[in-house]
Amino acid sequence: MLEAIPRLLEEHFEEIIAVLLFGIGFTTLLLHRNLIKKIIGLNIMDTAVYLFLTSVGYIEGRTAPILTDGITSAQNYVNPIPSGLVLTGIVVSVSVTAVTLSLTIRLYRRYHTLDIDKITLLMKGEDN
Amino acid sequence: MEFVKNVPFFSIMLCMISGVTASMLPPKIAKWWTVALAAVVAALNAWLLSYLLSVGESYTYMMGHFPAPWGNELRGGILEALLAVVFSIVLLVSTLGGMQKLEYQVDPHKQNLFCVMLDLVLAAMISMLYTNDLFTGYVFIEIMTLGACVLIMSRQNGRTLVSAMRYMIMSLLGSGLILIAITLTYNLTGHLLMENIQQSFAQLHASGQYEVPITVITGLFFVGLGIKSALFPFHTWLPDAYGYSTPAASSVLSSIVSKAYIFLLMKIFYRVIGMDIIHSSHVMNLLFIFGVAGMILGSLSAIRSHDLRRMNAYSSVAQIGYLYAGIGLGIEAGFVAAIYHMIMHSVAKSSLFIATSGLADASGDSKRFSDLRGAGYRYPAAGICFSVSAMSLVGIPILGGFVSKLYFSQAAFEYGGVHLWVMLSALALSTFLNVLYFMRTVITLYRPPKKGFQPPAFRKDPRTVTALWIMTALNFLVGLLAQPIVMAITRGLRMFA
Repeated sequence: MLEAIPRLLEEHFEEIIAVLLFGIGFTTLLLHRNLIKKIIGLNIMDTAVYLFLTSVGYIEGRTAPILTDGITSAQNYVNPIPSGLVLTGIVVSVSVTAVTLSLTIRLYRRYHTLDIDKITLLMKGEDN
Repeated sequence: MEFVKNVPFFSIMLCMISGVTASMLPPKIAKWWTVALAAVVAALNAWLLSYLLSVGESYTYMMGHFPAPWGNELRGGILEALLAVVFSIVLLVSTLGGMQKLEYQVDPHKQNLFCVMLDLVLAAMISMLYTNDLFTGYVFIEIMTLGACVLIMSRQNGRTLVSAMRYMIMSLLGSGLILIAITLTYNLTGHLLMENIQQSFAQLHASGQYEVPITVITGLFFVGLGIKSALFPFHTWLPDAYGYSTPAASSVLSSIVSKAYIFLLMKIFYRVIGMDIIHSSHVMNLLFIFGVAGMILGSLSAIRSHDLRRMNAYSSVAQIGYLYAGIGLGIEAGFVAAIYHMIMHSVAKSSLFIATSGLADASGDSKRFSDLRGAGYRYPAAGICFSVSAMSLVGIPILGGFVSKLYFSQAAFEYGGVHLWVMLSALALSTFLNVLYFMRTVITLYRPPKKGFQPPAFRKDPRTVTALWIMTALNFLVGLLAQPIVMAITRGLRMFA
């Protein structure tokens, strides 16, 4: 079991890093009290998934499927769909981040703090 | 190809285009624009439903004429069309009923943007129902989340802002898990279309390869969509979000947004992973346990809350527990019961939220239960609508809740074993708790007010009154038409696999 670890590390380096980053981002988003750090966690988490997807979708020695030298054999190209998915995913995470940041600005203007626990306490104090 | 097969695509595009148009319209027209859009979408999907019922088979619809393994596809079946009709009618009536409150709870310059969000939620809902592509499903999950978040915070006070933030955080955790599940699926199978993925998964399962990754994928989809649909332990954002946003928003959120996620989960179980693999991975037992816990603990929280709107919100947690418990049985009867319950609950809960806003008007916007006394006499339409939908959720015969509870217990009998006793006792206990909090409220509504209580002056808006009567009628219709609806669901589910 243990002997396999160096080989795994070598073969799946990007994937292992991606999963670690996903874990870091996920826990930051879930557990951190500061809203801005939560949003940073969200972005780390999403980026980790994109890293995973790109590294899985790339085959060493092949290029993007754009015909330049008249080579039509599929053996020379990588599948463009994973990169397409990453691009779509980036668009989604940018818009989600924008909305969350604007919500954070609203909350900061109202409560003058970024700590979600303090905000919750202040919110319970006011009557509405 | 028959023209009617274009309906799913047309409805999605129609919602998107109306959303863009609504952002430029003056608020007064934008609201009616949304109502008209929901009516048109409901009519179109009803047309598709009648066609599919007569033909009796589902069809796939190529987007952009790229054939199966490459292109993007929509898929139309009886089940999808039926749910699209029900949800768009519910959205129509909720918008109509919430219009009056919208006018003074939301900034006048932003009311048309509220309508944009309603249109977007409708578009996302229809796409999640009809899509045959996993990644398209993900994109529309995110659109739904953004729309729902704006709906929550459109009425600006501290509580809605904080709950919108909490909703956003929880949803984003859920989307992260769903995204990684989709990535792993694509990594294992190399496909994004549901049929192709299912074929590859079936081959992998038959050869005994990748059992752990497939279980992990199933679990990730379940937890991700469970968080988004406010399954019991992940429901903390829900009470404030439903309880303090404007009534149109809370009824749309409780009746459409959470249901669309649950339907997508069912679709993933049936059409992506395949029921054989689901059964052998025992994830269903997890769904069942969380569902049963939600049924009881949600109702307990509802009893403890002193505010009518929060009570409705906690009752949603309990009803979502029913859905998951039904799905967790893992047999066709359980799925049929869960889908019927979905329809019943989306009608009843949206009526409850609109009726509650009317009753709050009739009792001077007070949060105390004692001020609600006699509100049923002061605002008859709201009182009757509330009572009827509360009775439906409790499970009084003729109304929908009775039928769904009947089907849940039948499904439990079909399954047998420990599940039978757990399900039956949970149903009995939860019904008892439902009676406690709903009937307490209904009785309060029709008790004479306390001495010295000054009934507040309020205006019965004709739009709200119309919506309330329509909702009362819909509650009866769902119960009376139970047999045909269940038949359609069963046929739809058979097409599904």
